[in-house]
Amino acid sequence: MNTFGKTLVAGALVFTVSMTGSATYAAGDAPHAPEHHWSFSGLFGTYDRAALRRGFEVYKGACAGCHGLRLVAYRNLMDIGFSEDEVKAIAAEVEVPAEPNDDGEIEDRPALPSDRFVSPFPNDNAARAANGGALPPDLSLIIKARLDGANYVHGVLTGYKDAPAGKKIPEGMNYNAYFAGNLIAMPPPLSDEGVDYSDKTKATVAQQAEDVVTFLSWAAEPELEERKRMGVKVILFLLLLTGLLYVVKRRIWADVH
Amino acid sequence: MADTEGTAATEHGHEGETRRDFLQLATGAFGAVGLAAVAWPFIQQMNPAADTLALATIEVDLSKIEVGQAIKVKWQGKPVFIRHRTKAEIDAAASASPSDLIDPEEDKARVKKDEWLVLVGVCTHLGCIPLGTAQGETKGDFNGWFCPCHGSHYDTSGRIRKGPAPRNLPVPEYAFISDTVVKIG
Amino acid sequence: MAQFQKPAWLDNGLVRWVDHRLPIFTFMSHELYEYPTPRNLNYWWNFGSLAGIVLVIMIVTGITLAMHYTPHTALAFDSVERIMRDVNYGWLIRYIHMNGASMFFIVVYIHMFRGLYFGSYKAPREILWILGVVILLLMMATAFMGYVLPWGQMSFWGATVITNLFSAIPLVGDWIVTLLWGGFAVDNPTLARFFSLHYLMPFVLVGVIVLHIWALHVHGSNNPIGIDTKGEQDVIPFHPYYTVKDMFGLGVFLVFFAYFIFFAPNYLGHPDNYIEANSLSTPAHIVPEWYFLPFYAILRAVPANFVGEWVTAWMGFVLIEAKLAGVLAMFGSIAVLFVLPWLDRSPVRSSRFRPMYKWFFWIFLIVCIVLGYVGAKPAEGIYIVIGRVATVWYFAHFLAIIPLLAKFEKTKELPKSISEPVLGGGGGAASGAASKPMEKA
Repeated sequence: MNTFGKTLVAGALVFTVSMTGSATYAAGDAPHAPEHHWSFSGLFGTYDRAALRRGFEVYKGACAGCHGLRLVAYRNLMDIGFSEDEVKAIAAEVEVPAEPNDDGEIEDRPALPSDRFVSPFPNDNAARAANGGALPPDLSLIIKARLDGANYVHGVLTGYKDAPAGKKIPEGMNYNAYFAGNLIAMPPPLSDEGVDYSDKTKATVAQQAEDVVTFLSWAAEPELEERKRMGVKVILFLLLLTGLLYVVKRRIWADVH
Repeated sequence: MADTEGTAATEHGHEGETRRDFLQLATGAFGAVGLAAVAWPFIQQMNPAADTLALATIEVDLSKIEVGQAIKVKWQGKPVFIRHRTKAEIDAAASASPSDLIDPEEDKARVKKDEWLVLVGVCTHLGCIPLGTAQGETKGDFNGWFCPCHGSHYDTSGRIRKGPAPRNLPVPEYAFISDTVVKIG
Repeated sequence: MAQFQKPAWLDNGLVRWVDHRLPIFTFMSHELYEYPTPRNLNYWWNFGSLAGIVLVIMIVTGITLAMHYTPHTALAFDSVERIMRDVNYGWLIRYIHMNGASMFFIVVYIHMFRGLYFGSYKAPREILWILGVVILLLMMATAFMGYVLPWGQMSFWGATVITNLFSAIPLVGDWIVTLLWGGFAVDNPTLARFFSLHYLMPFVLVGVIVLHIWALHVHGSNNPIGIDTKGEQDVIPFHPYYTVKDMFGLGVFLVFFAYFIFFAPNYLGHPDNYIEANSLSTPAHIVPEWYFLPFYAILRAVPANFVGEWVTAWMGFVLIEAKLAGVLAMFGSIAVLFVLPWLDRSPVRSSRFRPMYKWFFWIFLIVCIVLGYVGAKPAEGIYIVIGRVATVWYFAHFLAIIPLLAKFEKTKELPKSISEPVLGGGGGAASGAASKPMEKA
């Protein structure tokens, strides 16, 4: 490649690398959460089914009281290993408004698998009122809505520590090592043995954090496994086709060069 | 995109040409396969989405429907009539002879349990919704349903008896998953 | 020697019947098959056809997405998530469209830098170049409106910041902004009209591209040494040589594109856009998409107060208000591109024979990258200084360096023609300030 090309490529690389700088999107003044190994990262990553099931149990037990999951439908749980009957039972535990009856009144009916997860509060104002003014965000997309989302959420869940000496913690706030500004309104949601896992795994905070982040990653990117599988096939195919095209090109151009 | 089987404009040996043509053919075939694979998702995305498919079946609780009453439920965007038939209605349906019927069909073939009639409530003429389900609506000359648009009369089995409609009211796919709950679709 | 062989299908009966009535086949044959192209084009010439293909990909995925999208503030965000989760292959089509926008700009920026390096904007291709800048502007408008449609935080606040810029226009500014908004802030009317215009613009783009290719075909492509083609020995038919080379280039590009779609689909985007738009909560740092960053940096770099006060003191009244200077600079950075063919009067096209210009070209490229980097940073501290230096250099490159180089640069000796090997001795090619007059085709 001539110098023009080399420089162009170098410039593009410089630019791309600079975009990965952690300060680019300024996550506030908290250190970047540490890297945790995830089963779903990398070219061949997949969601650990057992972790997903446990993660749902953590969500249900520790998070669903304040955080909605409104973009996920109960039937989606069948994609991660829950049976149709289990899903019907999970859905039926909550109620949703039905179609107006013959008198025009709207009654409640048990939720169906085709319904989406019911949020704990009817609207943002109700959520704030119940949480001292703070709004617990819906978790359907939280992993995609934060830079390096899986590590970040994991960091926050495991980052509750005693405040450094001398730092004053306002009433109602908690010190967290990885949340922006180090002060978070949410009290530590996870505690050892806080959730009773149906597969009898020891429910340490670390285990729960890993499981619920795996579950939330699936909630945000249910297509991940299919996407990566397809990606491997597509890129291999394209490499082959491009290779063939290169040989054809060289042969056709042989008389010009 | 132009195909790769272009005309290579040089004077090579016949053997060279065959080799080259094979390579170009192989590349072209690969490319065609690739194009087909790319086209598929764009066609498939127009098929019903997952949330639409999730509403393809509904379950209806029949325990609140009294004898002689009927309800209308929505299924796949269309109304479905469910009537809890009286003995008189069942007998009337069973006793009709084929020569009376525009679209001959036995009542037994149209129900799974005699007292429960499940029909898609769309007139087979031009698609209006026949009257006769709700309390007080006219049931037409044959005590079933009456379509106000062009005057089709259906009997207590939902079969067309008089009027322009050509076929009986269709029976959707359904099954009793318990004595009181029916799954439609 | 490479000869064009008339394809057999041109003699087909049906083809000839149609062609006699509407000569579309002979037209295609002439413009796409026989079309004489310089034989020495390198891979930097692939990017034009690549851009055209990316546009087709964007239109196909865009029309498909529009089948499922709802342009209403209460439903837009959820409709996009429905596409991602429920529509068959919806996630794939959405990610292709989202990353395709970035690819479109990567390809077009490389295409433009190719033009800058090899002098493709010089006579007789000035209109070709100007049409290209129009295409860039249309792309920027289309991309800006498209980014608003998912109705995330960045969608909303990016729209708010950029539409507010128009209020800087003297006299009619506020009226224009209200007209754009259809209300008192970015809201549902804004979203609906952006959807309509976003659907429309790509087809306007196609029209301008037709003109762009038409203008190109009048004089033919430039080439890496910038010397006009002189005869049959300098050209080869477009098909099969450049059709197959373009397809190979497409293959390489698709591998790059596919990597982003399947393995890093959100790398080039911003996480805040996965939060639904909230008019009562501004994100900590509003950042446009990466392809707008250099312009964003220029917008923020201009010390408006400084310029405004200077002009006020000079004129006796406030002409340039706070925002206006930045807005003028931002649009000015594209406006200079329009007049580049007249700023650069050097008779030598290609940087291969312009050693001094070549250095400044690389510096300009680095300056653009620096501007992009600064655009992503908060407008604080050292980033302000770097941003200003880079902005000044950007304009100096076009307004001072290029005209000066045209006058004073000692260019290298030009070869006599494309097919002639590297300059032998003798021949009458004089070099120096009074370089060979630019050859007309």
